[in-house]
Amino acid sequence: MAHARPATNRSTPLAALLVAGAVGVVGLLIVVPLVSVFYEAFARGAGAWWAALADDPDTRHAIWLSLTVAPVAVTINTVFGVAAAWLVARFRFPGRALLISLFDVPFSVSPVVAGLALVLIFGRQGLLGPTLAWLDWKVIFAWPGLVLATTFVTLPLVVRELIPVMESIGPEEEMAAVSLGANGWQVFWRVTLPNIRWALLHGIVLANARAMGEFGAVYVVSGHIAGATDTMPLRVEKLFQEYRQPASMAVASVLAGLALVTLVAKFVIERRLEAESRDLEAARSHSESLDHTQVEGAVA
Amino acid sequence: MSIHVRNIVKSFGSFRALDDVSLDVPDGTLLALLGPSGSGKTTLLRIIAGLEHPEEGVIVEDGEDITDIHARQREVGFVFQHYALFRHMSVFENIAFGLRVRKVPQAEVKARVEELLHLVRLDGLGGRKPAQLSGGQRQRVALARALAIRPKILLLDEPFGALDAKVRVELRQWLRRLHDEIGMTSVFVTHDQEEAFELADRVVVMNHGTIEQEGTPDEVFDHPATPFVIDFLGNVNVYHGRVENGRAFWHGIPIDFPDYPHAQAREARVYLRPHELDLAPLAAGANRLGTSLPASILRVTRAGAITRVACRPHGSDQEVQVDIPTETARGLQINFEPGTHVAITPRTARVFIPDPEYVI
Repeated sequence: MAHARPATNRSTPLAALLVAGAVGVVGLLIVVPLVSVFYEAFARGAGAWWAALADDPDTRHAIWLSLTVAPVAVTINTVFGVAAAWLVARFRFPGRALLISLFDVPFSVSPVVAGLALVLIFGRQGLLGPTLAWLDWKVIFAWPGLVLATTFVTLPLVVRELIPVMESIGPEEEMAAVSLGANGWQVFWRVTLPNIRWALLHGIVLANARAMGEFGAVYVVSGHIAGATDTMPLRVEKLFQEYRQPASMAVASVLAGLALVTLVAKFVIERRLEAESRDLEAARSHSESLDHTQVEGAVA
Repeated sequence: MSIHVRNIVKSFGSFRALDDVSLDVPDGTLLALLGPSGSGKTTLLRIIAGLEHPEEGVIVEDGEDITDIHARQREVGFVFQHYALFRHMSVFENIAFGLRVRKVPQAEVKARVEELLHLVRLDGLGGRKPAQLSGGQRQRVALARALAIRPKILLLDEPFGALDAKVRVELRQWLRRLHDEIGMTSVFVTHDQEEAFELADRVVVMNHGTIEQEGTPDEVFDHPATPFVIDFLGNVNVYHGRVENGRAFWHGIPIDFPDYPHAQAREARVYLRPHELDLAPLAAGANRLGTSLPASILRVTRAGAITRVACRPHGSDQEVQVDIPTETARGLQINFEPGTHVAITPRTARVFIPDPEYVI
């Protein structure tokens, strides 16, 4: 854990104690449980692990469901997040502060409550129940409900990531593009998007991780139907309840593996984000050290 | 291309940024919008570019009303205060942007960008990112990018604001030559009067969303129209005196002011520029000399060709700043030391009577 050393490079007894404490907590709460998941999952070897995942049709379906629900929810959030962040960062309008606060509601509301709210609206007895029944659209206890619940809980992740970045970049580059003759799409694809791409990717990675792992809201709207509306986290729980711990751990290890991939992606993206904000700093600083190039006779 | 701005009004909330502003920019002119921050100069520039929309008034270019034409279609080159270069694009792609969105063929883009890189003395730096450039280089990329689309009008917002003094002066002279070479109509915004006077053909002084004065640099400098203009141009001795019978009084020295022939005395402000005052020796003990003001030297500073003398008129606690050419100073029979007595003679002065409502 060499990285944990303070930047001053001096280890006082207090610093050593704090480092030991941090390492202890991280180890006990994060590293040991994570390692034990993989240990349990592979306790009978990789073959048994693979069999637990691939031979059970309900588990296969759960993995497939998670892999389809999460990308759809993340895509919705990406489109919404970019549009909402642009609106909030570029315009001043009445209710703007309230709108920003509303983006955070999914973070403060318990996912179970969110799921129940969706049932109240889209369920058979819900507000839109009769309409949906008449249209013969099934939302609750079906795939659309899973997408709605997942979208709801991950809603703040992309937009929250983009607002500060778009605000710090400012509107000048976009205005410059317009004055150079670019239309709205050209401004977005050539100027806005490249400037926010790392922040956007960061938001997408976080939203995806949250979408894959979401349990509470999805639990309420899914009805927990094996082979139909069970996502991976629900499947883990069901297998565990059915005393099929090895199979449960195998699915859990896939989720944990996704978390590790997310961690690496997040780390790489954050490095890029830091580099970009350093560039932004540099672009704003008035360092004139390189500035004694001759401009004499430039027109001549 | 000439620009005519007619009766422009623009507000931001309750703040009136521009209040019935009209302005003409003749074809080929380099015009400076000069004023303190908040005077509306940047807003006016952005309205000409189409980046802001006025509530009232029209913008006419070469006889065509362009008020409702989108910024995208105005073909105006705009250089932003902090350059607003596309940070993720190379210098080459920054300059090429206006051509790319117009779908200009690659070979043509390449030739044009190379030509512009040469024009702004950045040959060989096309592959750099903006972050790898100095302030002055970024400024020139911003200029090249604006020029790439061959605009008929070039607008610059505080073009030299973020540069250090040496680079600023170099770029200023360079921009003047560039303007003459290309023969565009250019408008730039500045709060630096030296920059405005050195660079521009016409200077427009703005304050509180209105135009205080418009004219050639000489006209504005020699005949400031309002107290604000003379205050803003700075470096001036201000004296709160009075006027009566066609004369104003400066420390008791009469100055002709035929605009106020009335017998009733009124408050007036008398402005004297340091270089419009003469110094002469004064024998110790001598007193009022009619048109000259007896004073004592407080400080003497030699600023190269100019000698700055701070004086205190006898019987006053104000300071009067006098600038005389160092050459002339050498020829005077004056001991330039603190405490020496001198006679100050104004050659010209400007007198303004404050608005009646402010007179107590």
